Amino acid sequence: MKEIRIHGRGGQGAVTAAVLLADAAFHDGKFSQAFPSFGSERMGAPVQSFCRVDDHRVRTREQVYTPDYLIIQDWTLISAIDCLHGLKEDGLCLIDSEKEPGEFKLDTKARVVTIPATAIAREIIGRPIQNTTLVGALCGATGLISVDAVKQSVQNRFPGPVGEKNAQAVQKAFDLMKGGR
Amino acid sequence: MKEFIEGSMAVARGVAVCRPHVVSAYPITPQTHIVEHLSELVADGILDSQFINVESEFGAASVVLGAAAAGGRAFSATTSQGLLLMGEVLYNISGMRLPLVITVANRAVSAPINIWNDHSDAMVFRDAGWIMLFAEDNQEVHDMHIQAYKIGETREISLPVMVNMDGFILTHAYEPVDTISQKDADDFLPPFDPVVKLDVDNPLTMGPLGEPQWYLETRYRIQQAMLEAKPVVKQVAKEFKEKFGRWYGDVIDGYRMDDAEIVYVAMGSICGTIKDTIDELRDKGEKVGLLKIRMFRPFPGEEIIDALKDKQKVIVLEKALSLGASGMLSDEIKAAFYATPHRPEISSTFAGLGGRDISKTSLADLYHKVKGERQDNMFVDLKEELV
Repeated sequence: MKEIRIHGRGGQGAVTAAVLLADAAFHDGKFSQAFPSFGSERMGAPVQSFCRVDDHRVRTREQVYTPDYLIIQDWTLISAIDCLHGLKEDGLCLIDSEKEPGEFKLDTKARVVTIPATAIAREIIGRPIQNTTLVGALCGATGLISVDAVKQSVQNRFPGPVGEKNAQAVQKAFDLMKGGR
Repeated sequence: MKEFIEGSMAVARGVAVCRPHVVSAYPITPQTHIVEHLSELVADGILDSQFINVESEFGAASVVLGAAAAGGRAFSATTSQGLLLMGEVLYNISGMRLPLVITVANRAVSAPINIWNDHSDAMVFRDAGWIMLFAEDNQEVHDMHIQAYKIGETREISLPVMVNMDGFILTHAYEPVDTISQKDADDFLPPFDPVVKLDVDNPLTMGPLGEPQWYLETRYRIQQAMLEAKPVVKQVAKEFKEKFGRWYGDVIDGYRMDDAEIVYVAMGSICGTIKDTIDELRDKGEKVGLLKIRMFRPFPGEEIIDALKDKQKVIVLEKALSLGASGMLSDEIKAAFYATPHRPEISSTFAGLGGRDISKTSLADLYHKVKGERQDNMFVDLKEELV
């Protein structure tokens, strides 16, 4: 089983990102589960969402305490809360940032990667909403789910031009990260 | 058809194929998505039903009471404070023997205000004459509604059914659900054919004054109907399996019970986490199992005794307690064992109140504590520094 935890702020679409990942995994023929951390929903407040992908039906309901993969939508959260808590040593931490991974000086043995997801989203989607871009990046960096399944899930969720643009952002992020796998 | 949907949508779709004539509900977290999805299905013309907006849960319960009294199939959903506000009407619904279905997205009760999951809301109404079912996952809760209508509408039962699902943990979780087609639903669930109904051509009064010479017998009849409901619940589960191939146990369900010496007993979504915990403990050589309680009312005492009588220890893990007494589930299990010669040691434990996450680590720690000695009214993960 692969467990993913997403750290974002209310309004950034952390829950949608987890749902898209799980939905795409489902369409890839895997079993999956996505759920939010159920906080009071406020714009800007730190939020978490969770996703599990497995070859068997997912039964557990506990929150993700030892993630294989972390997505950090807002790097300012790193100093505010213990985002890296429980991250597996052979795991991956993906951060939306234009900085180099080393600049964050994170105390982890896991691989740390960055992608300028907000910039990509601004350029392709025209808005600084980068949750779909980060989903594409995670799949590029890990090979967890096929990019076609992610794009399909994104377009099912956002029909029409919005979905198409988001799917383009997914592809771009996927291609960028795939090279570094 | 296998779909990847939210738990609330799984409920809405499971209800919609039952073709309710009337849906009435008042939005309250974490139930809101259920009635939002249902109102969309009605607005989109997929569900031919009257969706009646109301000013409160008291109004919603009253509307579905009236709809069922008029011979309609009726549905509502609520949680927590909303369920409490329905309280007076809930007793009227069962007293008038109206077999409607209400989904409760289980949530803690104020104060302090807490929108998160536990079973404190539903357990308040364990004495109210409602059949009470608890679902472990979103497939089960999808499938439970069509079973609920079939059980409640069985003429000799004619009682309302409360379908319980853990708020947020299930309502807001996305997972694969094999949805029931309209055709299959129509094959499985016959139209509602009530024993009596309000009819302007044949006027009658329902729920009038029950004087002392009548009232006691109404309680006797509800009690009898409750006892008769148990084989009906089992039969409907069996019919469902034959038709749809899915089985969750009937009134209880065991997991790795055969050679288990210590057994968890629980209701609802935590059973999934417990199963994974059991697999991990088994890998380390521990003989541990789970008894899942699918039906709390009528209480499956005989089935529970049969499942637990040869076990050494039982850990009853409850998401509610009767303040000043103990856990409702563990008390009733203990009471059921009163007349039996062999009883396991029973620990009453409370976990997850107000949405506190229950981890596999906590569940395994609890197992080892109970293996050492019996735990009595133990609060799992209690923060000693706060008390």
